[in-house]
Parts: sequence; structure tokens; C-alpha cells
Amino acid sequence: MADAKEHLVEVRNLSVDFHTKGGTVAAVRDVSWHIDRGETLAILGESGSGKSVSSSALMGLIDIPPGEITSGEVLYCGEDLLKVSAERQREINGSRIAMVFQDTLAALNPVYQIGWQVAETFRSHGVDRADADPKALELLERVGLNNARARFNDYPHQFSGGQRQRIMIAMAIALNPDLLIADEPTTALDVTVQARILRLLKDLQRERGMGLLMITHDLGIVAGMADRVAIMNGGRIVETGTVKEVFETPKHPYTRSLLASVPGAAGFVDATVRPEHDETLLRVEELSKEYLSPASLFRAEKPAVLALDKVSFTLGRGETLGIVGESGSGKSTLVRTLIGLEQATHGDAFYRSDSLIHATREARDVARRQIQMVFQDPTASLNPRMSVQEIISEPWAIHPDAVPGSQWKARVGDLLEQVGLLREHAARYPHQFSGGQRQRIAIARALALKPEIIICDEAVSSLDVSVQAQVIALLKSLKEEFVLSYLFIAHDLPVVRSFVDRVLVMHKGTIVEQGPTRQIFTDPQHPYTRELLHSDPVLSLGNAPPRRRRLPSSDDPTPPPRPFAGAAKP
Amino acid sequence: MTMTAPPIVSSAEPSSLRVSLGLLWRDKFACVAVLFLLAVAFAAIFGPWLLGASATKINLMARNAPPLSMHLGWHYILGADALGRSILLRVIVGAQNTMMLAGCAVVISLLVGSILGFIAGFRNDWTSSLVLRLADILMSFPSLLLAMIVLYVLSPGLTNVILVLAITRIPIYLRTTRAEVLEIRERTFVTAARVMGASPWRIVWRHIRPTVTPTLVTIATLEFAFVMLSESSLSFLGLGIQAPEFTWGAMVAQGQSYLGTAWWVAFWPGLAITLTAMSLNLLANWVRIASDPVQRWRLESRKRTNG
Repeated sequence: MADAKEHLVEVRNLSVDFHTKGGTVAAVRDVSWHIDRGETLAILGESGSGKSVSSSALMGLIDIPPGEITSGEVLYCGEDLLKVSAERQREINGSRIAMVFQDTLAALNPVYQIGWQVAETFRSHGVDRADADPKALELLERVGLNNARARFNDYPHQFSGGQRQRIMIAMAIALNPDLLIADEPTTALDVTVQARILRLLKDLQRERGMGLLMITHDLGIVAGMADRVAIMNGGRIVETGTVKEVFETPKHPYTRSLLASVPGAAGFVDATVRPEHDETLLRVEELSKEYLSPASLFRAEKPAVLALDKVSFTLGRGETLGIVGESGSGKSTLVRTLIGLEQATHGDAFYRSDSLIHATREARDVARRQIQMVFQDPTASLNPRMSVQEIISEPWAIHPDAVPGSQWKARVGDLLEQVGLLREHAARYPHQFSGGQRQRIAIARALALKPEIIICDEAVSSLDVSVQAQVIALLKSLKEEFVLSYLFIAHDLPVVRSFVDRVLVMHKGTIVEQGPTRQIFTDPQHPYTRELLHSDPVLSLGNAPPRRRRLPSSDDPTPPPRPFAGAAKP
Repeated sequence: MTMTAPPIVSSAEPSSLRVSLGLLWRDKFACVAVLFLLAVAFAAIFGPWLLGASATKINLMARNAPPLSMHLGWHYILGADALGRSILLRVIVGAQNTMMLAGCAVVISLLVGSILGFIAGFRNDWTSSLVLRLADILMSFPSLLLAMIVLYVLSPGLTNVILVLAITRIPIYLRTTRAEVLEIRERTFVTAARVMGASPWRIVWRHIRPTVTPTLVTIATLEFAFVMLSESSLSFLGLGIQAPEFTWGAMVAQGQSYLGTAWWVAFWPGLAITLTAMSLNLLANWVRIASDPVQRWRLESRKRTNG
């Protein structure tokens, strides 16, 4: 039994098919990898690459049918998990192999206190009722949950995303598993929180000697965390090796294109090719937004939450301005106020010389035609019941003077070609396109009224890296063709690095720092900007020694203002 | 540069009617349902004109004659009721009143209920509260009791029965519509339309209505059967359609007292109600799938498997 070459977990030549109504889909083909105790393996791939399939097979989570494992074996300490009984699989799951998921709100039961849920992990494996609670508390303290004792009986919705992920990790490591699978554990979190969670995982791994399998689409996480990496594309592992080997001398063309499309890899915008920004298009002056929760019969008036605090900036013609901030920083409120979805409490904003806030409705509408918007999630921002033709021509239906009806069809075709799609696509519906193509449709719609300013609200955040790069390239070329100005909202820095001319960093409703992109990245002044920069694993890609920076160990050292969070704990 | 754009595929594109019929043909259940409903419609339109006289002819020799026997002639194939009238003919002739009553009641409550629901969902001010409280009042009365009181005060007749049934069913549509509107108006594509400057009318008509309609149509088909049966309860109490007029519901109510001895008197009109409701439901299901671009492939893909 005790073979010296035996790995903790080894997957050999795994192939999985999914039988669907539309035919058989090969999810993964001949996938092989292994992981030892104390080692971190990252499986890197974009959506649809099959990166989660092999770990699902390991946990027995593939539904059969429609799934079918056509070949291969999955060995845990020499035991083929594809052949074991369901009972044995349950024994291994949770206690020997544990998993941390991306969506923490869905993975925790909303109707039980978190302390109870963690203790339940112990109880279900035969620990005494009396012993379970202290053990759970100890564990919650170990994963760095603030005030674990006081918050033991709180419910999942009362915690922030980062805190919930800590609770999930506590439950996963409760029984000292040999292998911890983390499936996109930090994708839904802000960068500074992400950095802390990743550090916690690394520390726990060192402490307990677990194997750690990271499934991710983020090259930065791989660079900062993993010992070895397996890169997946189209259901196959295209390249595998140590992180250093793969990143420094990528052999497969896909790996090379992936590395090239890393946001920020292209360097800064070259200062010399910038168009002149003499003409100011948008001027925001001391814009503020307060959320009041009015007094009611049962509640005294609460103090107002200041979501925007005297924000001022300008946007020049042909300029790209990046607004960076984490959730709760007020960047969405800023956008919503500018486009008229929220009423500003104080201050004003001007398009050229027309006020966007205090003018009459008609005057505002005229000015706002020049400001169009591209939303984060193209699946949600396009009406699924409208064809592409209807979607793109909708602005003209709303503003009948823009384009005469007889030309709609031709103009939609032109716009589709301008954003890199085909004329024939006009007859299709949004669900027939991929995420990147849908975002192109949304961009075509934003262009329909020939605006001068386009607000991109996290417009590439929900896309895969390589698609992200394509969409950004499209935005760049459109900018040159139509002399557009962009207000580019993002929650992390690398995306804006190679695209925007100027960066504006927001934190807790105020602008903490603004300046040319190069200056912000090379010489940040504000401590928060520095923290943002250092939290970003991507930036350490080229650095040979992994970064060892002290970060505050708690989540949310400066909790974002949370308007309307009724039941928040003191 | 717009001059260079050639017209695309317009000649090859089949008309929308042809496309719909093609999609209908691929759902065999919906096809059968449509055929049945066409038959019911035909009976409702031409039944009283062709067979009106014979359907009310009393033949005491044939009192409660059992079904499936030919010796009294073809129109007694489904048996006869307590006065010896042919059930087959009465089912055919009764289709007109039944369809008229249920159809009008459902359409009225659907229209009024959904319009009020749109108002309540889209406007977040006092109008919304007013509409909702009115609906609460309507819902807090047992609908049958309400119908009885109203019909006792007014005279029972086709129009009044329609009105009463329509009013008591309004809250169902109102509540459903409001709930859906509240959810849909927060979706990003509605925000996108608002950013483009779309008027509230346009948002309701182009974005919210198409999404809500399939739900409302499904409820309406379920309500159709409910309304037909409510009418039979009213008839049972003597507050429904008054003789000599009759509906399927009234026929069921009449047959109730003979259930032990002559089950067919209530069975055949009951079967007609069930089949009509079921056909409407199958049709509504097809409409829901065919009108949803995301679901339409389910119908389209059957083409390939069927050859």
C-alpha cells in the first residue's frame, strides 16, 4: 500500500461527457493532475473550460445522467473514488476532502445561526453536543472572525461577504481535511478582502499541511498562491508545470494569449498619443448624496448615510477617466446620480454648460442624450424578449428625431459591424450570443444616439480575461473613431491600468486620490490607494519572490456605509 | 455609408403567421387543443341557430334516458335529462352562453385586474395603496357570498352574472401583476431603458408587459374553468342564468340531484367544462413557450426529431 510515489489525490485520464437534448458535450477530455500534502495546485481556466469538472468528480457531485464518466480514475490515497460506494464517498466528503464555494450567501443556511452551523459540522461527525460549541468558537476565532464570541449567534445575512467566506472556511477545515478545494473562493469579493482571505487559506494550509486545490480564472491568484498550475481550455489541460515555469516560459499558444491579455500587462497608456482634453465635457461640482431613513411610527429617525461626499472632477473631450473603488465606495451612487436615477442632495454636474441635476426635465433629457451607459452584466441589461434589431433601435424609438424609421435596419447593421458583429445578427435574440458578444450589443446600443460620453459601469467585470481584453480593445478603437469620452467604473486597478488616462480612487463616498494613471500606479499618495495596489495579486506577476506584505488581518477595517441595513450589529 | 447596406433576408423570411402555425404543428397537444377549441367555438356560434329548437324540446318518454344507446335516435347518444331533452344538443347549444359568460368574465377581470396591478406596481404613491386596499376589501369577502348579495339585489341575468364573476376575480390578477411588475421594474434592462430616456408608458408597454403577459394568460386559462364552475354554484342557488337559458354550469347543477340514478346528466356538461379548460391550458402553455425567445427552441428543435 505505502507506495512512495503515491499522491494524496491523483486524477488520471478523466473524461466526462454530458448528454443533453442537443447532443453530447465533452466536458473534459483526458484530464490528469495530482496533488500532495502541503501543496497548492491551481486549475486555471475561463468559463466553460471544464475547470470545475474534475473536482466535482472527486466529490461525487457529477449528476449521472446527464453526465457520464467515460474514462479515467480519481485516486484518493490509492482508492478510486469513482468506484466506491455512495456511503464511503459521504465519509470522505467533508471530513477528508472539503470544499469552499464562491457564493457564500447561497452556501450558508439563512435560517440558522452561524455558530450552530459550524458546530453542526462537529455534531454530525459524532462530537458531543457540549464539546461542539467551544470547538466551533475556537475555529471561528482561528479563521479571524472579529468578535467571534459575540457574533456566534448571528445569522449569515448579518455578515459581509468576506466574513461569510471565513465562516465557510471554518466549516470546511473543521474536521482537518487532507485536501481543501476552493472553487473561485474570492471572485465575489473586493480586492482588499480577497487578499486577506487568500492569506488565511495559505496560513491554514501551512499550519495543517493540507493539500489546497484552487480553481480560478484569475492569473493573479495563481501567481500569488500556487506551487503548480494546470491551465485548462476547451476541456483539456493545455499546459501544466510550476507557476514559475508556466508564467516565465509559456509553451502553449493559449497560455501565451492568456498571459498577454492580463489586464494591465500592456503597460500604461502612452502619454504622447493622448488627444487634447482642453474641452471639458463633464464637470461635477461637490456632488453629494445622502440617504435618509425617515422616521416612522415605530422608529426614530436614523442618522443619514452619506453615500457621496462632495465629489468633484472633470472629464475632457476624448478622455478616459477611470473611477476605482470597492463595493460601498459610492461609485455606483455617483453614476446613478449623473444619469438621473438618483436625486443629488447637494452640488451639481454639468454637461458642457447644461446642468444635469437642476435643469428642467426637457433640458436634462437633451443633455442626457449625450451620455449613454454600458452596464456590468449584459445578460441582465438586454431585454431577453427583444431581438437585437429591436434592442439597438430602441433609443431611436424613444427619440424619434434621431434616425428616420426607414433607415433603422441599415443603421443597426452598421452599428453591429462597428462593434465586430455581423449584420445578420440583428434578427437574433440575446440568449443566442456569448457574454462578450452581448456586451458588444450593449455597446452598439449605447452608440446608437451618437453620444459624446459613455459611462462603462464595470462593463468588463463579468467577462473572462481574454474576452475582457477584446472588449477593451473595441472600446479603444471606438473611442478613436467617434472621439468618445469614457467614464470607466471598476472595482480593481489592473483593468484600468492599460486603458484609462486618469484614475480617480473612491473610498467611503469621497475621492481620496486622483491623477494620471502612471502617477497613481507608481507613486500612490493615499494609504487606501496603496492598499488597493498591494492587494492586487496580478501586479506581482513579474516579481520573482512572492510578496510578503503585512495586511490588517480583519475584514472591513473601514466598513462601507450600508444604507438600509436594518439589522446590522453594533 | 448607409447607402451601401443591402436589404437582408427579407425575401426569404416567412410570414409570422406561417411561423406560428409551424410552431403550433410541432406541439401536438396544443394542436389537438386548438382543434377542440375550434369545435367549441363553432358550436357556440352556430349551435343555437341550428339546433336551438330541438335542444329545448321536452320528450317525457325519454326522461333520464341512458347514454350510448341509439334506439331513440342519434341525438340521444349521450342520454337525456330529467325532462327528456337531448344532452348532446344541450351541450352544443349551451356552449354559446357558457363561452360568452366565462369568456367575458375572464377577459373583464383580466383587463381590469392587470391594469390596476400595473398602476399599483409601477407607481409607488397613494394610488398604489388605494388600489391595494380596494383589492384587500374584495378579497376579504368570500367571493360566493359577495356574488349572492349582489345578485340578490340586482336581478340575476347573463350580464349581471358576468359582472359579478368578473369583479370577484379581479384581485387575483391585480396581486400577481403587481408582484411581477415590482420585480421586473428593478431589472437592469428597465434601468437601461430609463437611462435612454424612455417614458414610463414605453417601459410598461415594451419591457414590462411582454414579460408579465405569459403569467397572466396562464392564470386566465385556469380561471376560465373556475368561473364556469362558480357559475354552476350560482345556478345551484338559483342566482345564476335563469331558465329557459342554460349553460354547462347550470346543466351540471341540474344533474346534481340525479347523480345516484342518472350520472350522465351532470357528467357530459362537466366533461365539456373540463376538456375546454384543459385545452385552454395546453394552448396557454404553447403560447408561453412560443412567445419566449429563450424557450422557443424547445418547439423548434422538435422539427428535427420529427423529420
